[in-house]
Amino acid sequence: MNKDEVIINIEHLSKAFDGKAVLKDISLYIKKGEFVTLLGPSGCGKTTLLRILGGFTVPDAGVVTMEGRDISGVPPYERPLNTVFQRYALFPHLDVYDNIAFGLKLAKVPREEIDARVRKVLKMVSMSDYEDRDVDSLSGGQQQRVAIARALVNQPKVLLLDEPLSALDHKMRLDMQIELKEMHRKLGITFIYVTHDQEEALTLSDTIVVMNEGRIQQIGTPTDIYNEPVNSFVADFIGESNIFNGTMIKDKLVSFMGHEFECVDEGFGTNTPVDVVIRPEDVYIMAQTEGAQFTGKVRTCTFKGVHYEMFVDTDSGYELMIQDYNAFEPGTTVGLLIRPFDIQVMKKERVCNSFEAEVVGEGKVSILGAEFECSVPEGLESGETVTAELPFNAVELLDHPEDGVLTGYVHFILYKGNHYHLTVRTDEGADIYVDTNDIWDKGDLVGINFAPAALKISRRDEN
Amino acid sequence: MRIKRSSWSIPYAIFLALFVVMPLVMVAIYAFQGRGGGFSLEQFSRFIHTPEDLNTFMYSIEIALITTVLCLLLGYPAAWIMANSELNPSRITILLFILPMWVNMLIRTLATVALFDFLKAPLGEGALIFGMVYNFLPFMIYPIYNTLSKMDKSLPEAAKDLGATPGKVFTKVTLPLSMPGVWSGVLMVFMPTISTFAVAELLTMNKVKLFGTTIQENINSGMWNYGAALSLIMLIIIGVSTLMSGEESSRENETGGLL
Repeated sequence: MNKDEVIINIEHLSKAFDGKAVLKDISLYIKKGEFVTLLGPSGCGKTTLLRILGGFTVPDAGVVTMEGRDISGVPPYERPLNTVFQRYALFPHLDVYDNIAFGLKLAKVPREEIDARVRKVLKMVSMSDYEDRDVDSLSGGQQQRVAIARALVNQPKVLLLDEPLSALDHKMRLDMQIELKEMHRKLGITFIYVTHDQEEALTLSDTIVVMNEGRIQQIGTPTDIYNEPVNSFVADFIGESNIFNGTMIKDKLVSFMGHEFECVDEGFGTNTPVDVVIRPEDVYIMAQTEGAQFTGKVRTCTFKGVHYEMFVDTDSGYELMIQDYNAFEPGTTVGLLIRPFDIQVMKKERVCNSFEAEVVGEGKVSILGAEFECSVPEGLESGETVTAELPFNAVELLDHPEDGVLTGYVHFILYKGNHYHLTVRTDEGADIYVDTNDIWDKGDLVGINFAPAALKISRRDEN
Repeated sequence: MRIKRSSWSIPYAIFLALFVVMPLVMVAIYAFQGRGGGFSLEQFSRFIHTPEDLNTFMYSIEIALITTVLCLLLGYPAAWIMANSELNPSRITILLFILPMWVNMLIRTLATVALFDFLKAPLGEGALIFGMVYNFLPFMIYPIYNTLSKMDKSLPEAAKDLGATPGKVFTKVTLPLSMPGVWSGVLMVFMPTISTFAVAELLTMNKVKLFGTTIQENINSGMWNYGAALSLIMLIIIGVSTLMSGEESSRENETGGLL
């Protein structure tokens, strides 16, 4: 079997539920024998994608091919893949043996062969003595094993797993992770695994597909994803990270936290705004300040088992999370150093808010249904559609939604070392990005005001 | 003075004793009383030796069985469609099925008689079965709907995933898991139909006689002991069918029936 052979190919897949897009133009290929994890927060579309593969959900657009054959119209019972469901979905009216034999009996496999295969797969999941047990009398972990056995006994080419470990306690989860990995190695079939647990994804996968809001953010090996996240979402979602606004001064020189650092990234141009990610374990912390790139003062120090986690206020007023084997007392001044290849520079997704707006009279524009007074350039007439740009820090968030011109809720929060970068979703579903020093929680209802003077109106680019 | 919590149940206990336990005991005493007043099985042997009553009894069971089977055949698909959110997104149809239950049964029956008159259809056995099915169908639909709509939706999906065609999904998973609902529906239709009498009289113009009518006639004509014995026989039939279906549904793990 050629390891590099593609088994599943997904092209331009889209799906919406009640007008709300859940998957937006997903393209992805999966190689034979690979352990692929679809990773993302809840609501990112990962489960929908898995259900489309299983045949339970019909995509609005796009093609899924398996071994070169279009399987879009193939019903679930004819697909050569099996699923391990999130809540196991074991049949309560059948015992362990009959649950596992369910698929084989339907396929009219001879009795002796069913017997042999059920026994073999039970042995593999270490449940040999449980054949006659009622599934309700089993613990969560045992039910999980039966669910895996029930799927594997049919010898599928691809095994789909929908958050199979989410209902288990932490210790059991770690044990099952090792067993799953071992099973994958032994069987050599393709595993497609859905989870929101980044640690699980890093432990198990050959390839991780990070998803957010219906789009694939990054595809790569666990090390790639961890060490070289492509954007601030991935950096924030996978592992702990310090994320800063920075400026790429020129190739191999980046400025952030008020200091200039040598780095290894090239090709961003000169003086380009970028996001910079520093993993907490990649900052060198030392007692002496000479030889350090910059200094800081330890604010808190917590023991985490293997390492200490410290929050350090830097000389330039930023907060930095550092993990180190040595503890530094709060209050001590420390020297800090970041090496060039530990600095991950990412292209910024946006540098300011950009809205479609309409001129509605002398010095007035309408944005997202609300009117704002601002300076409208000469030559723009009422009714004309224009582009309005607004810096992140020119948006004001108010405690009382009714005080704002627009209302919405805090959708996503990113800490940037000295301020928060929020995504606020308005009631109409538009996203407004805000830089603020105030602390908000995810889901908070807010009123939104714009500083009209900061609005920059320009003619729309003619295409 | 503090009243003990358990003493709150005293009014209910008195009510039960007066209106449930005592009448049952009376029925039993009367049934086993001979002409002389002492204990005797005379009333039961009289039943066995009166072919007319025996035939009515068998006929009643037959009608009850036919009604139950028809209700099941009509009710299961209806419940299945209602529980399927794709086929029935609005849930208003459930209300439409339950709505007739709010109307008094005698009024519904009279309306059925009027309908048959209007259509110039003859009253008789056909009308009887129609009326009974119409009266008791909601009692079949509701418990089945209940079990079906409470069923874990991932179970049919898991079956499909393991290679079951839609037909196999139904016979191997949906049907076995909905059996508690089926049993309680069967019971809720069978029990009242076997003892019905007013409905039968109205729908058949007294042409067809059911066991309920036999009991009523005997009691009306002062034959209390014989009437009590017949009642007891019917109670036993109902009791046995309850026990049987109770055993059936307790074997199932999924609960959700009405009983």
